[in-house]
Amino acid sequence: MNPAVNPALRVLPEIILTIFGILVMLADATMPKTASRKPLGWLAVLGALAALAASFWQQSLPAGDAFYGVVRTDAFSVFFHVLIAGIVLASLLIALDAVSDTTEGLGELFALILFGAVGMMFMTSAVELLLVFIALEISSISTYIMAGFRRKTAKGPESALKYFLLGSFATAFFLYGIALIFGATGTTRIPGIASAITTGHAPAIVYIGLAMLIIGLGFKVSAAPFHVWTPDVYEGAPSPVVALMSTAPKAAAFAILLRIVYGAFPLLHDHWTPVLWWLAVLSMTIGNLGALRQRNVKRLLAYSSIAHAGYLLVAFAALSADGIAAASFYAVAYAAMNVGIFAVVSHAGGYDDRLTLIEDYRGLAYRSPLLGGAMAFFLISLIGIPFTGGFFGKFYVFVAALQSGLIWLAIIGLVNSGIAAWYYLRVATAIYSRPAESSPIHAGPRPSFALLLALVITVSGTLILGIFPGGVLSSARAAAATYTSVSPAPPVPGTAQR
Amino acid sequence: MLNASILTLITFVPTLGAIVVLLLPRRGRVIPAFALLVALVTFVLSLHLPAHYDYAQHGFQFVIDVPWIAHPAIHYHLGIDGLSLWLVLLTTFLGPIGVLVSWRAIEHRTKEFYSLFLLQQTAMIGVFVALDLFLYYAFWELSLVPMAILIAMFGRRRGPRAALKFFVYTFLPSALLLVAIIWLYAQTGTFDFVQLQAKLAAGGFASGALWWVSIAFLVAFAVKVPVFPLHGWLADVIEEAPTAMAMVVAGKLGLYSLFRFNLGLFPAQVREIAPLLVALGVIGLLYGAMVALVQTDVRRVVSYAILSNLSFCIIGIFCFALGGLNGAVYQTINEGLSGGAILVLIAFLYERYGSFDMTQYGGLASRLPMLSTLWIVTTLALIGLPLLNGFVGEFLVLSGSFPVHPGWVAAATVGVILSAGYMLWMAQRIFYGQQSSLVSERPHLDLGMREQLTLWPMAILMVVMGVVSPYWMKAIDPAMSGLANPTAAMHLTASGIAASASTPAPQGGAR
Repeated sequence: MNPAVNPALRVLPEIILTIFGILVMLADATMPKTASRKPLGWLAVLGALAALAASFWQQSLPAGDAFYGVVRTDAFSVFFHVLIAGIVLASLLIALDAVSDTTEGLGELFALILFGAVGMMFMTSAVELLLVFIALEISSISTYIMAGFRRKTAKGPESALKYFLLGSFATAFFLYGIALIFGATGTTRIPGIASAITTGHAPAIVYIGLAMLIIGLGFKVSAAPFHVWTPDVYEGAPSPVVALMSTAPKAAAFAILLRIVYGAFPLLHDHWTPVLWWLAVLSMTIGNLGALRQRNVKRLLAYSSIAHAGYLLVAFAALSADGIAAASFYAVAYAAMNVGIFAVVSHAGGYDDRLTLIEDYRGLAYRSPLLGGAMAFFLISLIGIPFTGGFFGKFYVFVAALQSGLIWLAIIGLVNSGIAAWYYLRVATAIYSRPAESSPIHAGPRPSFALLLALVITVSGTLILGIFPGGVLSSARAAAATYTSVSPAPPVPGTAQR
Repeated sequence: MLNASILTLITFVPTLGAIVVLLLPRRGRVIPAFALLVALVTFVLSLHLPAHYDYAQHGFQFVIDVPWIAHPAIHYHLGIDGLSLWLVLLTTFLGPIGVLVSWRAIEHRTKEFYSLFLLQQTAMIGVFVALDLFLYYAFWELSLVPMAILIAMFGRRRGPRAALKFFVYTFLPSALLLVAIIWLYAQTGTFDFVQLQAKLAAGGFASGALWWVSIAFLVAFAVKVPVFPLHGWLADVIEEAPTAMAMVVAGKLGLYSLFRFNLGLFPAQVREIAPLLVALGVIGLLYGAMVALVQTDVRRVVSYAILSNLSFCIIGIFCFALGGLNGAVYQTINEGLSGGAILVLIAFLYERYGSFDMTQYGGLASRLPMLSTLWIVTTLALIGLPLLNGFVGEFLVLSGSFPVHPGWVAAATVGVILSAGYMLWMAQRIFYGQQSSLVSERPHLDLGMREQLTLWPMAILMVVMGVVSPYWMKAIDPAMSGLANPTAAMHLTASGIAASASTPAPQGGAR
């Protein structure tokens, strides 16, 4: 612990987001009932920007714990803080574009996004399982509410209820896992657990506890076979909310999964890598095969997000510093392209989902070259075409996998990405097909400044990650280097295991 | 200074052009004119290459090699040898022609068309000049995207279907190619082509794994060529794609990659599988020719003719005789040139008469003398008449390969005869005989200025390449002699980089 650093600075982004969240709520309460709530959205954007700046600033702090060793700031937590703040910023912009002045409960929506972000940020910096649990709940409860935000539709409440029930189960699993591990090791601090387990073997109760933790987080990252809620929830939730919840809470859950398996149970890797191997294979395969059959674009993207969770888990199974770095990089690349595509879906489909089916997107490129072009670009990145973040993320994941000798996992993964091309292309070709003569032309509102800003952020992010990934890559590697348990040195060229 | 940056310029000037096209107003012919300018500038820049190419020197030239991504170790490494030199030139030469042929065919959404067209140029040139496997793969995959979008957007009737077919056909094997490339990196720690070549030649790899890796490379390229029986996408794409894209979709990218990577990295493994490929080449040659004979749609005739001609190149490659390899490279260039020209001619014919059905034509020669003349020249080039480019390639392939596989090559000569059959028959039905009602009812407009500008350079080049072939051969021959005889090649390329290649490559080539 570094006494020179004020503990409050270690949680500065979280504090900023909380303050702005409260400000938004207070302002919402004092505003006249009929007044437009959009300025509150811009206030929230300001908050997200401030949190982003604070996260960047945290890089200058020396790594260390605060609040009795509950929170830790290091390269790893800062990396995910920046990512989450960026996603929140873009999602707020998308929401600002999608809603109208009269949308119900807007003030709450903006405040909930900020509060949810507080939870996600704590997930990435917590090194105490109880704080992880609390953070998980903060983030989950805000997303449950946001998922059901369109109260008047049939799908909205259904989506929220499903998400809530299954999500509560998942957190219960997680909590039970914590209890079991406390029983076995006498501590809930992640470094404490690591030092309590000194050999490659542990009492059965630890394995059960770890399995529970993985199941709980498996739900949160929508890894198969814990994925069943995803398509329904994505379909029912408003698109700007899906942009957020398909990326930020997942990135946070992946971060905490990395912290747990690599930070708390590094010596048990013989036991958890096969589990993650199977989770990866199942998620990729089930996600991609499920997506092949979808006609609804949001459901299709839900299955695609399951598949992408699988690609990310490939990097987990690689069990190397490169694997951790690849997983972190992939989280960023996936966030950029997925938030981007939901920005387009949100604007083209509108808050009330006017366009739902793939056929509805026919000729989007003719009606709006900007939206059509952007959507095609993000689809190309999701397929994994070079010079986009999606490609480099996948590439790096499979480099890590093959360097660890996981040749079958790499083959299964890349064949999967070949299958995935098929359904992404169905959407892409629909966008570039001539619109049917009979179909009514949804001109749609002109893209607002907020949407343009969101698209600029996501498009340039995806391109930079694909062409000049060096900067993010070195941050990801620095983040991975915080785990001393794995060998940080890459295999020496030429002497890799054969 | 210019020598180090010239390849970067040639590769990325079209990309810059594509970005500018996006910003131009959609007014008049501003966009095509600008695209033409960009394509011409690229071509002129590429003329620097043959002018300053050192024919006496082996190995890669105009090299630029700077670190791009520190970890995994990826370099921005470009360079050309005698093989890629002419393929780069072919690509830049076909650039302005692609713009000219689209001038009237593409009236709407020109911004999308020309920006993607220029991006495609970058991707294709990039494939030929990249010497880092990561970079190469990036360009290789990139080349699918503008092609697929353009086929989907500008396809005649079933564009989206053809685009999907093309993409899935080529993308799936590419995924396995990527596994193979990353596997090589995991084993050797480098993506660099030259270093990989030396390390693979030095040996010490599990031969079973290396065999699978070479198969992954082979299949990915064979689909793209396409090699029989992986040609399922070709006819649909040639039929649907806008002419400028159909001209470049088949052949050179896949064949180049076979030369560079399969022959260059896995000399022992390809020699083991070569008899199979020679057989497939002959089957593809005869199958393509026979199917072409019974078609009435001119585009289908040409697409099977292309399959047949490309199979010819495959025979030349996998006999591993120096003459055959030289001929195969020459045929690759010819195919791009003459195959492109015949597609341009078909497009001009269609613009006049609105039909691809050759039974509806007849007696066109007296109405459109210039178009007929150029058509006949192209036909003769395609069937390999002496003094035209096709003859050089065909002769070299047949004479070079005959001693290696006499039976198969003898069968291939039958295919050559058949090719004369369908090409001449097509010309005869369209241009000679009685004037059909379709021909006599329409006004007879012979080639205009733009159309002549499109076709004459190609026709002239066909003759020049037929007469002064040594000019091209003096660059191709050294590059191929290395591949024909891998031990010597290792000696040459490895000598430059602290030759660790003390153990020569397993020799299967001395048949």
